Amino acid sequence: MAHIQLKNVSKKFGNHTALTGLDLDIADGEFFVLLGETGAGKTTTLRMIAGLEKPTEGQVFIDGVDVADWGAAERDVALVLQQYSLYPRYTVRENLEFPLKPKIRRLPDAEIKDRVDRAARTLRIEHLLDRKTDRLSGGEMQRVSIGRAIVRKPRVFLMDEPLSALDAKLREALRTELKNLQMQLGATFLFVTHDQIEAMSMGDKVGVLNHGRIVQTGTPHEIYNNPRDTYVASFVGSPPMNLIDGRLVDGRAVMAPLNFELPFSGGAKTGGATDGRPLVFGIRPEDVYLETGAPVEARVHDVENHGVEKILTLRVGDTMLRATVPARTDVEIEQPVRFAWNPDKVVLFDKGSGVSLRHAG
Amino acid sequence: MATTMITTLDRSSRAAARGLSDISIRNLFIIPTILFLIVFNIFPLIYSLGYSFTDFRASTNAAANFVGLQNYRDLLNDPYVWSNFAITAKYVIISVVGQLVVGFGVAMLLNRDIPLKGLLTTLLLLPMMLSMAVVGLFWKLLYDPSFGIINYALGLGTFEWLSDPKMALYAVALTDIWMWSPFVMLLSLAGLSAVPKHLYEAAAIDRAGPFYTFFRITLPLVAPILMIAVIFRTMEAFKTFDLAYILTSQPTAELISIRLYKMAFQEWQTGRSCALAYIVLIMVLAITNIYVKYLNKVKER
Repeated sequence: MAHIQLKNVSKKFGNHTALTGLDLDIADGEFFVLLGETGAGKTTTLRMIAGLEKPTEGQVFIDGVDVADWGAAERDVALVLQQYSLYPRYTVRENLEFPLKPKIRRLPDAEIKDRVDRAARTLRIEHLLDRKTDRLSGGEMQRVSIGRAIVRKPRVFLMDEPLSALDAKLREALRTELKNLQMQLGATFLFVTHDQIEAMSMGDKVGVLNHGRIVQTGTPHEIYNNPRDTYVASFVGSPPMNLIDGRLVDGRAVMAPLNFELPFSGGAKTGGATDGRPLVFGIRPEDVYLETGAPVEARVHDVENHGVEKILTLRVGDTMLRATVPARTDVEIEQPVRFAWNPDKVVLFDKGSGVSLRHAG
Repeated sequence: MATTMITTLDRSSRAAARGLSDISIRNLFIIPTILFLIVFNIFPLIYSLGYSFTDFRASTNAAANFVGLQNYRDLLNDPYVWSNFAITAKYVIISVVGQLVVGFGVAMLLNRDIPLKGLLTTLLLLPMMLSMAVVGLFWKLLYDPSFGIINYALGLGTFEWLSDPKMALYAVALTDIWMWSPFVMLLSLAGLSAVPKHLYEAAAIDRAGPFYTFFRITLPLVAPILMIAVIFRTMEAFKTFDLAYILTSQPTAELISIRLYKMAFQEWQTGRSCALAYIVLIMVLAITNIYVKYLNKVKER
């Protein structure tokens, strides 16, 4: 088990800069999720920790030791890749035994058998042990690949989008399993994903990566409720946070393009929001509600029924707003409705930099 | 869906304008090839099968007499022919194993990011593109005891590579290895570059050493394509004629095809040589079949 630290790490591939000045601190036994879009540098970060890639600048520490000169083998990490990377032509058992068999640190046969059986039991793949890996389904392959990581008891588990190639049902199941596994092992996990639901549901801590920079690190709760800037606000959450341009005028939010107004009471949290400064108002869809007699009138542009709830797209002039409402709410497309927001939940962003006023202070 | 069939001619094409149908165009391409094949391959093959049961001699006007299996019986009881087969087997093994080791080794060296990789590969392929006769003539000069560059470079004095009965076969095999290792290299390179890189990364993460990785990952994945190289090279080595014929006349290096040539065109035992040719053909077919069976097994694994 280990504590991982990245200090001011940059990585360039030729002219392309993958990572810039990355600082990351993953505590021992923590489930850390690195969240970002494709190409944000998540995998590169992972590969640098694993020792498959060398940083152009900066240092990587494992348990306080600079591991710049260590190869992948010495770092003692386990890596689970999206494409499974099972060794072809071997059975599941042989695949699981592979990391335990190299001559240098060959374990006694009984120990190998014991560990393989234990891993198989944990991942519920005991019945597949004698099957060839090319006869497995995607979910089974991914379990074997996770199994190959856990037989070895590495210091850190690195997972590169291990679930994204699986179908939705299985993804959900494995998500829970992985989280349980991590708690059971008490191991340090670094989990990379582009799926914000995975990040929110699994992570003890989430780091949001955008264009090679860490934008925000925090617990899922912080990331969700207090995004550092408009990027995080629009990336995390499904549907994402509503972002509307506007200004504060006399304790009311005046939206720029079509001049609709909403009451804004959060005076204490406004930071440097002086009247008239160009701002972006961020509000989560679940904090927008429909009410007769509410201040703003809008038309229902679209309705998505998700079973437990409905996601409405409201149209005010050209501005679209999403609102999550209870499934029993009876609305039709183009129907006029009135809505309000929960003023306590509004996040203010600077129009120019996109940074939240709460963080900028 | 007749309109979407590939074989249907475009109605406005020139061929269609000349009144050619799909079938006539197909025949236009296929018939010459088939005719060629029949005249130069299949007809002689069957004709020589007939001769193999006679005492026919192409050098005389005497009529051919049917002798049944006499030719086959004589050949298979002839210790000289068997010694030719033994020499051939030795030659095939040395040369194919040599090519595999050298070719695969060079492929392993080339299978990484090195400058001028493309140029290097092309240059290494050159021996394969030369004519057998030219290679033979050149290596004869290289092996020359008095002015050959090989003796000069190795400081062997006047060592006689090609006239030494013990050495001659090895010298021919060495030339063959030089010429055909690039072929094995080319196939191995294709196989090696098809091994997904993430497997090597996974192995590195699993803390496997270079040897372990090679024997557990690289070799099993490249094995099928190596088998194909072995099949091709065995077949070719088995019927080597020109190289050995040009390089040496030592009886210890008399391959079966040279024996066959001498029997047919120096001793003019046409009927008997036809029988020998059939024996060789059957042997090559048998060996290839065993290989192919094995190849399929390797692939299944």
